Amino acid sequence: MTSTRLIDFKGYVFLAVLVAAVVIVPGLNLLLPADNPFHIPSYLVPLLGKYLTYALLALAVDLVWGYCGILSLGHGAFFALGGYAIGMHLMREIGPRGVYANPELPDFMVFLNLKELPVWWWGFDFFPYAALMVLLVPGALAFVFGWFAFRSRVTGVYLSIITQALTFALLLAFFRNDMIMGGNNGLTDFKDIFGIPLQTQGMRASLFALSALALGLGYLLCRYIVTSNFGKVLVAVRDQESRTRFLGYKVENYKLVVWVISAMMAGVAGALYVPQVGIINPGEFSPANSIEAVIWVAVGGRGTLVGAALGAVLVNFAKTWLTGAFPELWLFALGGLFVVVTLFLPKGIMGLIGSMDSVKAWTTRRRAVAKPAE
Amino acid sequence: MDQKISPELLYLNDVSVVFDGFRALNSLSLTIGEKEMRAIIGPNGAGKTTMMDVITGKTRPTVGTALFDGGVHDLTRLDEATIAGLGIGRKFQTPTVIENHDVETNVELALKADKGPFAKLFSRRTPQVQERIDEILERVRLKNARHRRAGDLSHGQKQWLEIGMLLAQEPKLLLVDEPAAGMTDAETADTAVLLREIAETRSVVVVEHDMIFVRDLDVKVTVLHEGSVLAEGSLDHVSSNERVIEVYLGR
Repeated sequence: MTSTRLIDFKGYVFLAVLVAAVVIVPGLNLLLPADNPFHIPSYLVPLLGKYLTYALLALAVDLVWGYCGILSLGHGAFFALGGYAIGMHLMREIGPRGVYANPELPDFMVFLNLKELPVWWWGFDFFPYAALMVLLVPGALAFVFGWFAFRSRVTGVYLSIITQALTFALLLAFFRNDMIMGGNNGLTDFKDIFGIPLQTQGMRASLFALSALALGLGYLLCRYIVTSNFGKVLVAVRDQESRTRFLGYKVENYKLVVWVISAMMAGVAGALYVPQVGIINPGEFSPANSIEAVIWVAVGGRGTLVGAALGAVLVNFAKTWLTGAFPELWLFALGGLFVVVTLFLPKGIMGLIGSMDSVKAWTTRRRAVAKPAE
Repeated sequence: MDQKISPELLYLNDVSVVFDGFRALNSLSLTIGEKEMRAIIGPNGAGKTTMMDVITGKTRPTVGTALFDGGVHDLTRLDEATIAGLGIGRKFQTPTVIENHDVETNVELALKADKGPFAKLFSRRTPQVQERIDEILERVRLKNARHRRAGDLSHGQKQWLEIGMLLAQEPKLLLVDEPAAGMTDAETADTAVLLREIAETRSVVVVEHDMIFVRDLDVKVTVLHEGSVLAEGSLDHVSSNERVIEVYLGR
């Protein structure tokens, strides 16, 4: 059973860690001199920020998988669409500073011999429009997809497979130059946002703080949802879908609402990810990315939210380290991790923490029972 | 169809369900009146569960008519959730409760209310709701188990919880599949009392194997066999029927 308070003990710890990260990471980067042992080098700030956006993606996956039983193997698609939306804005921001110095068209369009901006690029020079698209594009795709899938009562493995097909189809589509989305190379060479260069320390610190804020708000939104009556219905759908229908709930509507919210969260995560890594290309749609996101959630603990975020950060930390130290080992390590978690830690890292609690409770109970007998 | 065209609450006419050539229901016709209690008996495979599936929208009949509330609603065109919303509640043979929720939450989820996603996103457990939950838990004797995980209840307690959830829905028609299975004799007798109580204000259809229980209910009995009605009447009347004896004793 999940606790019913909006913020439980684990939630306070989680939010406190986030606040601490917002103070410490930019603080140690901006305030300490480079030769200080506690100095955080500038290249690390966006890397850590990237972990936070992955954590937000993991929350989105956990919301639908952990609480409603929808195993999405295509959440990377919503993440990438959010990333492309902000990437389009960043491309327009480059303006005449591109190689071809065209004030209107990004370099790759000039290269493709385009004379004017395609219709779907209109408006992206205006930041609020791009920000709206970060939510609307993944949301709309999720709505259409969910409308058909949930109404047709596609569930379980079948649903997982079509989510995988969805992201794969988008991967192929975005690879094509005719999409005019940068094709194979994607969108890159970003210069600045709001006139501030992306590479400055201040901007990196701000993006890090913004990612932490988005993660915190995303967490609170998820908590609100899962502790509400709506969330109780979600769990009922996860555990007894057919029974829930007989109680009078239109299961497809519940799934659709939570699915769209989750897709929008993934979109926001992607939008914060792109300015920090400086590129978005069709590779982000690769099915392997979506599967990795599911592994983060499984490692951290499905249906715990905090665990999903923790899993994303830990697995990616391990990935950064291993791909640097032993590049050929990473995929074996990831696969092995998934097997170990599935076999021995069905509730992930959070389950481990939880079972320590119950061991403690059990031993104290034992002692309490044992005492009168002495 | 806005006006009631018949006084019957539930009207099944010539309903057949064919699964790959197997006739689970074969021209079944049956009516249940307002505030009527009916017991349905029949050997395994007689079509009792399929009949409930048709009424609750889980299965679409191959042919036939299924009307509710005096002909106002055509049950063959509606989905499970809509039918539940119209006031048909179902209790399953094997108790199916939401195991990961506590007892109170199970009842709360069943309570008659606006069950749309946005209503549920912003609704809270008000004192009135709590009072209603308490009332129901009192009736099904689960007050002391209110905070227990439903999955940890005994089989009999789960049966009671499901009956409680059924009450919470405030349906006009209750379909109850083997309510006494897994209960002690005392509990079985109490279930009969409860069902008779409910039948004072609502219609109840009970599917049961336990003849003692059916005798306790003391209502009109319908015997199903091979997907259609074999006999109908008081228990004494049907149990003296030649065909019924033949079917039950397998001569």
